[in-house]
Amino acid sequence: MAVSFELNGKQVSADVDPDTPLLWVIRDHFRLTGTKFGCGIAQCGACTVHMNGLTRRSCVTPVSQVDGGTVTTIEGLDGREAQAVQDAWVALDVPQCGFCQSGQVMSAAALLREIPNPTDENIDQAMAGNICRCATYARIRKAIHNAADTLEG
Amino acid sequence: MNQGNDIVNPVADSNPADQAAHGLTRRGFLKGSAAVAASLMIGVHLPGRANAQTAAASDAALSPNAFVRINQDSTVTVIVKHIEFGQGPVTGLSTLVAEELDADWDQMRAELAPANTEKYANKLFGLQGTGGSTAMASSYEPMRQAGAAARAVLVQAAANRWGVDASEITVSKGTISHSTSNQSASFGELVAEASQLEVPAEPKLKSPDQFNLIGTQVRKLDTRDKTNGKQNFTLDLYPDNMVVATILHPPQFGAALASLDDSKARQVKGVIDVKAVPAGVAVYAEDTYAALKGRKALDVKWDAGKAEKRSTIQMEQEYSQAAAKPGLDARKEGDVESALESADQIIEAEYFFPFLAHAPMETLDAVVQFRDGKVTAWMGTQIQTLDRGALAGVFGVDQSNVTLYTEYAGGSFGRRAQPGGDFASEAAQVTKALGSDRPVKLMWTRENDIQGGRYRPLAVHKLRGGLDKDGNIVAWDQQIAVQSFMKGTAFEDFMIKDGIDESAVAGSKELPYGIPNLRIGQHLMENGVPTLWWRSVEHTHNAYANETFLDELIERSGKDPVETRLKLLGDKHPRHRGVLEKAAEIAGAAGSVPDGRARGVAVHKSFGSYVAQIAEVSEGANGEPRVHRIWCAVDCGVPVNPDVIRAQMEGGIGYGIGAVLYDAITLDHEGKVEQANFDRYRSLRINEMPEVEVAVIPSTEPPTGVGEPGTPPSGPAIANAWRRLTGKSVHRLPLVPFTA
Repeated sequence: MAVSFELNGKQVSADVDPDTPLLWVIRDHFRLTGTKFGCGIAQCGACTVHMNGLTRRSCVTPVSQVDGGTVTTIEGLDGREAQAVQDAWVALDVPQCGFCQSGQVMSAAALLREIPNPTDENIDQAMAGNICRCATYARIRKAIHNAADTLEG
Repeated sequence: MNQGNDIVNPVADSNPADQAAHGLTRRGFLKGSAAVAASLMIGVHLPGRANAQTAAASDAALSPNAFVRINQDSTVTVIVKHIEFGQGPVTGLSTLVAEELDADWDQMRAELAPANTEKYANKLFGLQGTGGSTAMASSYEPMRQAGAAARAVLVQAAANRWGVDASEITVSKGTISHSTSNQSASFGELVAEASQLEVPAEPKLKSPDQFNLIGTQVRKLDTRDKTNGKQNFTLDLYPDNMVVATILHPPQFGAALASLDDSKARQVKGVIDVKAVPAGVAVYAEDTYAALKGRKALDVKWDAGKAEKRSTIQMEQEYSQAAAKPGLDARKEGDVESALESADQIIEAEYFFPFLAHAPMETLDAVVQFRDGKVTAWMGTQIQTLDRGALAGVFGVDQSNVTLYTEYAGGSFGRRAQPGGDFASEAAQVTKALGSDRPVKLMWTRENDIQGGRYRPLAVHKLRGGLDKDGNIVAWDQQIAVQSFMKGTAFEDFMIKDGIDESAVAGSKELPYGIPNLRIGQHLMENGVPTLWWRSVEHTHNAYANETFLDELIERSGKDPVETRLKLLGDKHPRHRGVLEKAAEIAGAAGSVPDGRARGVAVHKSFGSYVAQIAEVSEGANGEPRVHRIWCAVDCGVPVNPDVIRAQMEGGIGYGIGAVLYDAITLDHEGKVEQANFDRYRSLRINEMPEVEVAVIPSTEPPTGVGEPGTPPSGPAIANAWRRLTGKSVHRLPLVPFTA
């Protein structure tokens, strides 16, 4: 079946089985490889994208659900929150291996769009679904606070 | 400016021009696939980018040695012989080169070296590999020499061009100058002339007081691409015409295929083929989802005749029985038995440590192609020499016909360091079985990863300690029952001496405390579960047993845990003392312990580095330990990049806490692994991460590693805090066992 949606601002369509997870359509079909596979069961968040503006685990999202919708991946992420998050990530050298970081950045950018000045509790709630086995969590938390400060300032 | 973070893998055994040519070939090879999809997505990242980089690399460049290439655009590329999976060698080794070269940090680039033992062996192992936190220790001088040699020829080229004496020339931040004649040049301007000069074999190195970059916080070279999705990992390689393979492993270690019905799998759209391979059953498809669906549709029966069928409960009982008797002495001082007999108090404890999976974010994966008698492979290899050998072995070709590229890896924690090259073999066998010259990407799923073995070994320790009537520790007997994963490997001679396996007893064998009667016994257990290094390996269970048991003895004697440790360390262990005192100092500066919390301390040396930690813990609403803060002091010799050191301590602590609190791989009554994914193999999450404060001890000692040494003290520091808070000793890990 042909599924059509907006991917990073461009209208695309893919002729794939409707149950194909969005993750594999993004990666295998459109070769956007910033979105990662980590667990396949929505436990780790490495595959986080924005679907119709909200964070979504693409590994368990059948592509049929996005038909007619919009998807943003790390490659298409923009806006002032995203910029502030990525700049803060760089300033603090957050990533270690880096494999989970696309997902972390997607979750953090969505958090700041929703809550411009998040508390530690807000951060826990928004980010607890994103596993980082290198445990860069302390820097992620600090980077989100710093990004929020930048946006406020 | 981000181009520098890209990797162009040069090809082994070739001159720079050839390297560029091969790099271009590889680029083209990878780029072709991207071009197919390019029409669909303009303005987004494509794997195999960096035309500019390729072009630059093909310019006439200065390559004074195997580690440095300076292009005409003045970019300096460091060829990093160690795999990068977050521990920082790309930045660290580049810092060493830049320091001696007096380069500007912005002109630095890095690429990962290809498999080439002759050029890129780890001088501590004699083969090309990364492990034991040795990257910095083994590269500190060679990489500085590489930078200094490059500087020397650039300076000489400038001296020749300007007709002045080389000694009058200065280099600063990438600019070469002669002040009296008011002349200056960039590196790139002198590349051509410098290439004609003889490279000095023993260039003069700076003294530490001349350092401009070492010891400062340069930005990591690979950060930007790791925040915008551009960093490629093995998973992200899509060479032209690639086949995706998944694999089904047997449900027990050592089980074999009995029968296979692949008819349903073959009906899945996109599935190309199904093959039995030594490691299980491989499903080949045109895309990943088809390969996953095909695997699900397999109907397989397994023969468990030769399988390891014991449960972990049974294994623990058998290990416990072994540890009840004295084993092979790894260390013996005084007379433990008599000292225990005459002791005023004897304290005994038995510890149980589970198998642990590494669970790196990127599961094991590789791309392998066999074409025209030559093997090309791309993977996050941690021991290139052995993986290259494994690839050659499977295809029956000479190693010279195997080109192995090291890719950035999404974590490892030891998982990609395989003395038997077993994953490289598996990927090669999967590729070979297809019988095609198409490149094959084998991707393990998380289930393959959690159930796939090569765990940190299960271990049982039995400890007995004796106190005299003044509370002094007069006897320490520690019996360690654990499986050897070194026996029968290329590392056996290196790691096992007189029957004592370093990877079983290191960290306990060197117990630094002044205890007059001491015995550390080793029992190597047979086990069919494959095991491996795991971030700090033996140091994790040994430090845990040492430091919690010691703490219980100290508590029993009514003494202070820090003061008593310092006293027991005496004057023979100044660096242990240094980190312990520093950790106590920064924890003390944070104020008194809040109500409802307790602190615990631990100190441990591993891989040449000394780390002390103090943990502050409370009981959470759910009854689980809540770790609020960790104060950490580390002495790793010259701190090349203090921020990378801090990051590695933070990460090592988080990794250690997650394991100690939550993780165990258990086998059921048939020997089947009971965990399969992050739902039951629980990873530490952001809401469980403590605040971490790290103090880096200034030092002029040679630098040692930081990837692993942060992990061992975190468990015992937490357990000691928990015991002091609740009165409960924790002798069985994890602290919070999984309950459904």
